[in-house]
Amino acid sequence: MSTATSVQIAESRIDARFAELKDQGRAGLVTFITAGDPDTETTYQLLRALPEAGADLIEVGMPFSDPMADGPAIQASSQRALKNGISLAKTLEVVRRFRAEDSKTPVILMGYYNPIYHMGVDKFLTLASEAGVDGLIIVDLPPEEDRELCLPAIQAGLHWIRLATPTTDDKRLPKVLENTSGFLYYVSILGITGTRAAAAEEVGAAIERIKRHSKLPVAVGFGIRTPEHAAAIGKVADAAVVGSAIVERIAEGLDENGKAGAGLVDSVTELVRNLRTGLDR
Amino acid sequence: MTEPLNTYRSGPDEFGHFGIFGGRFVAETLMPLVLEVERAYDEAGADPDFKRELEYYAQHYVGRPSPLYHAERLSEYLGGARIYFKRDELNHTGAHKINNTLGQILLARRMGKTRIIAETGAGQHGVATATVCARFNLPCVVYMGATDMKRQAPNVFRMKLLGAEVIPVESGTGTLKDAMNEALRDWVANVDSTFYIIGTAAGPHPYPAMVRDFQSVIGRETREQILQAEGRLPDTLVACIGGGSNAIGLFHPFLDEPDVKMIGVEAAGHGLDSGEHAASLNGGEPGVLHGNRTYLLQDDDGQIIDAYSISAGLDYPGIGPEHSWLHESGRVDYAAVTDEEALEAFKLCTATEGIIPALEPSHALAQVMKVAPELPRDHLLVVNLCGRGDKDIFAVAEKLGVEL
Repeated sequence: MSTATSVQIAESRIDARFAELKDQGRAGLVTFITAGDPDTETTYQLLRALPEAGADLIEVGMPFSDPMADGPAIQASSQRALKNGISLAKTLEVVRRFRAEDSKTPVILMGYYNPIYHMGVDKFLTLASEAGVDGLIIVDLPPEEDRELCLPAIQAGLHWIRLATPTTDDKRLPKVLENTSGFLYYVSILGITGTRAAAAEEVGAAIERIKRHSKLPVAVGFGIRTPEHAAAIGKVADAAVVGSAIVERIAEGLDENGKAGAGLVDSVTELVRNLRTGLDR
Repeated sequence: MTEPLNTYRSGPDEFGHFGIFGGRFVAETLMPLVLEVERAYDEAGADPDFKRELEYYAQHYVGRPSPLYHAERLSEYLGGARIYFKRDELNHTGAHKINNTLGQILLARRMGKTRIIAETGAGQHGVATATVCARFNLPCVVYMGATDMKRQAPNVFRMKLLGAEVIPVESGTGTLKDAMNEALRDWVANVDSTFYIIGTAAGPHPYPAMVRDFQSVIGRETREQILQAEGRLPDTLVACIGGGSNAIGLFHPFLDEPDVKMIGVEAAGHGLDSGEHAASLNGGEPGVLHGNRTYLLQDDDGQIIDAYSISAGLDYPGIGPEHSWLHESGRVDYAAVTDEEALEAFKLCTATEGIIPALEPSHALAQVMKVAPELPRDHLLVVNLCGRGDKDIFAVAEKLGVEL
C-alpha cells in the first residue's frame, strides 16, 4: 500500500539529489554541523568543503540554549556557538553565502522552534527561502502542531522533514508521513543524538515497514559514527546521517582558546571522506 | 480562537491549548507516550476507584485537608484585611508538591510503568517524588542542577535516604531548566518503562491540566473552609508563582467567581530592571520550551535566559501555560516581589505567627504586606502557605550575614 507524499516542492534540490543517488545505485551521506561552531567563518569553510569530501546533503544545526533531544556532543557544540555569538539571522546568512557558490547541495536547517517563533515565522521563512534553504527539521514540532510552522513552510516552498522513531507504530506512521516531503528521517534508537547505535538488522526491518507506507527516501541517523556502521546502514537505507561524530571532530580541532585550529577543516573533511568511502564500499 | 468569557475553567481544548498557550511541543519519540498519558489520565478521571484511592492517600498519608488558619496577629500588625493562611506547608514532606506527585504516581501505576523520573529545583518536588516512590516501591531517578545541589544539600540527602538516585546536571547552567532538559532526555531513551512526574503545571499537554487538577484540592478545600469560617467566599487570593502549580491549585476552583480577586506573585530577584529575576510574565515574552507555549525569559535571539531568585523553587524561566492565558485575559493579576521584600515577609511571618514559611510563599506574603494595610477590616484575604521554611534557614542565615 505504497502512497506517494501529497506534498510536492517545485525544483527541489532534495528530490533531485535522491533521484541522482538512486540512478547511481548508492546510498547518500547526510552530514550535520552546528552553525557558528566555533565561529561562522569556520562554518562557511566547512560548508564549502563538505560536498567535495562526499556529503550529499548538509544539515545545519540552529543552536538553541535548551537542546532537549541532543546528546552531550551537540549540546556542547551549541553552547560553543552561542558563546561565540551565533544567532538565527547569522545562521541564515552563512547558508546564503554557501548557496551563492553551490547551487546543488541541499541544505536542511535543523533545530528547535523557539528561536524561529521569536523571530517570527513569516520573517524566518522569507529569509530562509532567500538564503537557499531547502528543508526544515524542527525537533519539537510534532504533527499535532503542524499549523505553527510546517504548513507555512510548505507554502513557502520548503520541505518539511519529519523524524520517525521506533515508537512511531503503523497507526501513527501515516500521521508522521503526512506533510513530510524530501525524505523521512528515521531515528534509529530510543534516545538522544550521538549516544548509542542501532543494529543494521533492526533498522532494516523498521525501514521495510516505513516503505510499506511511503515512497519517500529514508535517511537514518542518531548514533552512526564509523565508516563501517555507515556502510551497514547504507545497505538498508537511502542515506545515513552523521552528526555527533563530525561535531566531536570539530571539538578536537579547537585550540586552547576554543578557536578553530589550523587543521580543523581538513580533519573534518578527512572524516567525511572516510565515511563516504565506507558507504560506497 | 475565541474564548467564551462566561467561564475561565473550560481549558484546555482537545489540543491542550489555553488560548494560544500550552500545546504539545515534544519530539516525535515522546509523542505516542504523551498521547498515552492523556488517554490514561482521562480514563482515571472517569474511574471512581482512582478518585477513592487518591482521596484515601491524601487524607491518611499526606494529612489533608490542610487547615485554613486565621492569621490574627499578622492581620493585626498589618492593620487591614482579615488574613487567612491555607496551610499546605503542614502536608507530609512540607509543601504542596506531594498533592501532585501522589496523583501522578497512582496514574503511573495504573499505566503499568515501572520506573519514575523527575526534575527538581529546590528539591521539594524531588523529595515529594522520592517519597511516593518509596511508598509505592518504584525506582526513582531525580535530575537536579549541580548548582542547585550545592544550594539545597539537605534535600539531596533526603532524596537519597528515600532511595532515589539523584543525578547532577552540569549542562547549561546547572539549574532547574537544565534538570528538566535532562529528564526529557532520559524519558526519550526509556519511554517503555518510565513515567515522568513533572513537578509544576507546565510541560506538554496533559501535564498542565493534570497537575492543576491534582493541586486544585487546595482551592476546593479553601472554598469549603472559608464558607464554614466566614459564611462567604474570600475577596482576594494570593499565591507565589514559579511554574505556578500551587497558585493554579488555589485559583482554579474560584476562577468563575467574578468577585474573587486573584494575585499571582512572581520572583523579582534583584529587581525587574536588574535582569536577574524569575518573573516570566512581568519580564518575559511568549515562546516555546519544555513542551508548551508560554511566557519565557529569553533574549533577542529566542535563547532562554537563566532565571534568578533567592528562592530555588521560583527559579524557573517559564511559567505554566494556563497562567499565561489568565494573564493575557486579565482574570488574574501578576505582581512581582524582590528577594529583599520576601526576606522581610519571611521574618515578619515567623515573628508574628510562629510559622516559618518557605522562601517561595514568603513572596506571596510580601505581596500581602503591600496590599493588606490598604484593605478594609472585613476584606477576606487567603494566602497559600505552600511550603515550610526549614529547608531555607541556611540560605536566609547567609543572606542576613549570620554564621550558623
